[in-house]
Amino acid sequence: MVHRLRRFAADHWVLAIGLIVLLYLFVPIGVVAVMSLREARTNAPYTLDNFTFTLDNWKHPFGVPGIQEAFLLSVTIALVATVVATILGTLMSFALARHSFRGRGATNALIFLPMATPEIVMGSSLLALFVASGVPLGFWTVVIAHIMFCLSFVVVTVKARLAGLDPRLREAAMDLYADERQTFLRVTLPLVMPGIVAAALLSFSLSFDDFIVTNFNSGTSVTFPMFVWGASQRGIPAQINVIGTAMFLISFLIVLIGQLPRLRRKAR
Amino acid sequence: MSVLGRVGAGSAAPVELEKPRKNWLPYLLLLPGGLWLVLFFAVPCVQLFATSLYDPDGSLEEGYAMTWQFANYPDAVSAYLPQFGRSIGYAALTTLFSLILGYPLAYAIALKSGRWKSILLVCVIAPFFTSFLIRTLAWKVILSDNGTVVSVLNALHVPLPDGRLLATTPAVIAGLVYNFLPFMVLPLYASLEKLDPRLIEAAGDLYARPVARFTRVVLPLSMPGVVAGTLLTFIPAAGDYINAELLGTSRQYMIGNVIQSKFLKVGDYPAAAALSFTLMAAMLVLVFVYVKRAGTDEVI
Repeated sequence: MVHRLRRFAADHWVLAIGLIVLLYLFVPIGVVAVMSLREARTNAPYTLDNFTFTLDNWKHPFGVPGIQEAFLLSVTIALVATVVATILGTLMSFALARHSFRGRGATNALIFLPMATPEIVMGSSLLALFVASGVPLGFWTVVIAHIMFCLSFVVVTVKARLAGLDPRLREAAMDLYADERQTFLRVTLPLVMPGIVAAALLSFSLSFDDFIVTNFNSGTSVTFPMFVWGASQRGIPAQINVIGTAMFLISFLIVLIGQLPRLRRKAR
Repeated sequence: MSVLGRVGAGSAAPVELEKPRKNWLPYLLLLPGGLWLVLFFAVPCVQLFATSLYDPDGSLEEGYAMTWQFANYPDAVSAYLPQFGRSIGYAALTTLFSLILGYPLAYAIALKSGRWKSILLVCVIAPFFTSFLIRTLAWKVILSDNGTVVSVLNALHVPLPDGRLLATTPAVIAGLVYNFLPFMVLPLYASLEKLDPRLIEAAGDLYARPVARFTRVVLPLSMPGVVAGTLLTFIPAAGDYINAELLGTSRQYMIGNVIQSKFLKVGDYPAAAALSFTLMAAMLVLVFVYVKRAGTDEVI
């Protein structure tokens, strides 16, 4: 028995540590969920003391002035930035993965640099440009900035997918008398699609959640993260935690459902 | 997996490159995105550098005169040396702790989790599903003076600075580690996943003890992941100011706090630009030296 226990411990201690670390990642999310069920009182400190359970916040998730506008603004910005960044980035990744041309190295550097630059530098340099050229800050300056920092991640994601494709599939299509257009539309594109979708999802979440770059370039527009930031200076309405929890649950469910077939396949 | 794309990416060699029949095609594909990056990344960097050389006596309302004021750099950097030091120090500690915590997690997912692998991987990126500001605010609740963590530590007689956790250096570092841990775990996972478990068995068959199996087989093979992970953790951590602002006090302020307030509150553009440009240059030099020394040029 002791022997078996020791065997079990020897086999599973890494997994156990891993699960504890995972717990560390989840504790704040749990706190957000609990705080979303806390009765709102004005001027109460932002702690778990004097907890009174209520579902009111969930019934009125947008029941704080400004929060709905901020949320919708963030969704709009994220959608525009995602569409543009995904298209431009996918084109670039095809050029880089499929063609040899002069200036490859410079292009790669241009794509890598934004990822190696702290967000605060990107945000402040764009602000310096917009101020120097007299561009008014607002919706479009934020969209421009978001497309810029999403682009590199799209290129890297789609390029990885392209690089993993078996070149023989294209050759086979060509051997079967598909012309270039057909090969692209019916072989390459469907195979690259998962990479493009992943890049789009990544762009959306990067854009929706961005605070630092946005803070520099938004002027008077208030995105959802900026609303949260403003609230953190004044007093945090429970609705912020409701939206945080709801966003978490919805995305978690979507991804889990996406993973289910894989889990079942492996179980068989 | 979306976030994974950004990590495993560069290591894969490009498929055999076509000698283009149409020479202009790659340039056409690159044009819109490349133009965007030039206009809104490269040009702003030049503008930032120009701004850092403006006459510091100007103001936003009256405009700045370009006086090639290189003195802005020593002035700004020497005035905020402690904040620079903290940025580097906190980021280094954050990277270290993330590596210590992230390695077992990445190893467990890659090699020990069986069919739960994909679910555990989803759990690593799960924090990204909700806003990082909201999660950082949750740390305020967790570390608050009458919260559970402080009471447990008090009960165990762990000495705390001023008997509290919130508004201390450990709180800021805990927040930074929390925020950037997934960026460490994902590249580590990507390189550990490629590791053939039979190599570990072979090392065991050749009488390598568990420690030697790790230090001489697993760790060297996962080096690309370690390098990518440390960069993805260190760079954003060094530029962060959210954690210091929400979980610390002005005694924990990092260089990001200074840049942010100089740009957006004080409106002292030349000094702020000089600090920002210095931060960028420091990061690039660090990345370059680190990648060269680690000998894994292909991480990027």
